[in-house]
Amino acid sequence: MSPAAKQQTGQPATRLTWRSRLAIAAGQLAAAASRALGRGRGYVVGGQIMVRISPNIIAELARGKRTALISATNGKSTTTRFVAEALRTLGPVAHNSTGANMAPGVATALASNRTAKSAALEVDEAHLPAVLQATKADAVVLMNLSRDQLDRGAEVTRLAKRWRAMLEAADWDPVVVANADDPLVAWACQPARNVRWVGAGQWWRDDAVLCPACGHTLERDQTTWHCPACGLTRPQPTWQAERHAIVPPDGSRVPVQLRLPGRANVSNATMAAAAVDLWGIPPQVAVAAFAQVEDVDGRYIEAGVDGQRVRLLLGKNPASWTELIDIAGQDGHRLVVAINARGADGRDPSWLWDVPFERLAGQQVWAAGERRFDLAVRLDTAGLNVIGVAEDPLEAATRGASGGIVDVVANYTAFQAARARVTG
Amino acid sequence: MSDALGIVHVFPSLMGTYGDGGNVAVLANRARRRGIAVTTTTIGPDDRIPRQGDLYVVGGGEDHGQIAAARRIREQGSLNHAADAGATVFAVCAGLQVLGVDFEVEGGAIEPGACILDLTTRRREPRAVGEVLADPLPRLGLPPLTGYENHGGGSLLGPGAEPLAQVRAGIGNGSGGAHGDGTEGVLAGRVLGTYLHGPVLARNPELADLLLTWATGHDLQPLDAPFVAELRAERAAYVASGKLSPPAA
Repeated sequence: MSPAAKQQTGQPATRLTWRSRLAIAAGQLAAAASRALGRGRGYVVGGQIMVRISPNIIAELARGKRTALISATNGKSTTTRFVAEALRTLGPVAHNSTGANMAPGVATALASNRTAKSAALEVDEAHLPAVLQATKADAVVLMNLSRDQLDRGAEVTRLAKRWRAMLEAADWDPVVVANADDPLVAWACQPARNVRWVGAGQWWRDDAVLCPACGHTLERDQTTWHCPACGLTRPQPTWQAERHAIVPPDGSRVPVQLRLPGRANVSNATMAAAAVDLWGIPPQVAVAAFAQVEDVDGRYIEAGVDGQRVRLLLGKNPASWTELIDIAGQDGHRLVVAINARGADGRDPSWLWDVPFERLAGQQVWAAGERRFDLAVRLDTAGLNVIGVAEDPLEAATRGASGGIVDVVANYTAFQAARARVTG
Repeated sequence: MSDALGIVHVFPSLMGTYGDGGNVAVLANRARRRGIAVTTTTIGPDDRIPRQGDLYVVGGGEDHGQIAAARRIREQGSLNHAADAGATVFAVCAGLQVLGVDFEVEGGAIEPGACILDLTTRRREPRAVGEVLADPLPRLGLPPLTGYENHGGGSLLGPGAEPLAQVRAGIGNGSGGAHGDGTEGVLAGRVLGTYLHGPVLARNPELADLLLTWATGHDLQPLDAPFVAELRAERAAYVASGKLSPPAA
């Protein structure tokens, strides 16, 4: 940080206990050691030490900050980035920009920007209740829930129940910015006293067939849903995402031109705009900040690899792939898909069969990653032309390099490995 | 029904959490590549299951979807009718449980099943999660079954059903203690169930062909399965390495 910037940021918002000051020093030392050893970026290991030495550290660091927490199965990193970019128009922001989204990552983000008056924090769905209780956040942005990493036993409806209990237990009044189009989210947010409903859309609907309240089949049309048995109904949104615009409560249309592709990112932008409105940031200003974002920790980044232009996309579960199908391998881009099945990916790649790859039938594709053979069987059955199989997705991308762009769509750990190499 | 092979996917929106659509895709793909016309019918949550299907596929799912599916199957009776009449039924994981006499759900309630299979299911701890390798009944002439399981149920077979396979790695049916009783899956006539969830037929095309043989009533021409040999070898090596996923806490 430059001296000028330091001067600008002023004093930390609150004083910490000696235990937390020790925890931060130890954590930062461990993070630096981890980086020096080339073991990664150190955000998680440093945060783990902080939380272990001072279990209350997140609550201490969050005190005096205005905090937004963002959670969802898909889109939380991008939406958090949007929120952070918009809040930065007001001053420094604590932001876990590397996607370290459990308690250690949150602690690291808060500790490394003590003077920031605002925080934009992405939080893992299952860890959200604990982090919300610790931070007593001003805003919590809840977007969608769908199947992801089922081997961990985190069934989707169970997550919705936990969110609902979390909002029932909140003894302050956080503003909940919630996607009215996801029935699980809408049901989870019912107990909250202060909800801003956003019509952010839902394209993957296979995890919301039954009413989360009573188990009856939901009735749906293009825009609304309701339960004919218990009456649970899509709340009327005050913010609406359109294909290329945000419609705030005053009914105006704010055009959105993002560098990030796809309609899901317009949805993410709408959720973010509804959140930062609480900080008094007008949607026009927010949208201008969102438009600066070129990539989100490597997602959507374009770079040269051995003379080949490569674009990295994260496709980690059926719902995220449902969005990517309209983007990946289009516009003449060549296509490489890479799948691992490590702990962070979910050890069971059965979900590949829930992705509508049939929509890419006829397309040439390379199958890559540690589970490339599972993937090759899936893509072949869907009617794609699997022209090659290689463990390393970047080797697949650069084999027979030609002009144009190769889209490399990878799931979590395969993506992280490719990103680390592409961005150096 | 017409000459086409009628595949019926039973309530996939209630029971289809684990990529079960893959089994229908593999069955249809392997039939069509042999020149067999196929119709696939997807039964929505408010639709009735037809009686005249040739091959029924029942997938896995979460508790509330499983309960809803079991009630519908029981009330409609058409799947029992089809099975009695000799149709082929393929059931995976929660689908296997639903076709049994009864099954226990979270909280301890016992839900009645469709009584197509002579088995009962109770909850087991710990959940059975991880890679499975199992040797099928020798008379079926199948290579080892490979797949992935993730279930909190232990199924005990009665005298009217026999185990499909004996596990070499993994848990399988999972009754009788933490490690199960060594059996995997169930076979009764042309009703076949397995705990190997999701796209188990993608990894085991010979099992898909066995079901197609039963459903069409005649032997099938040999057919290649691109990338499957490599996939099976890679999974077998993984099992042999001993790095099986530990049971979830």
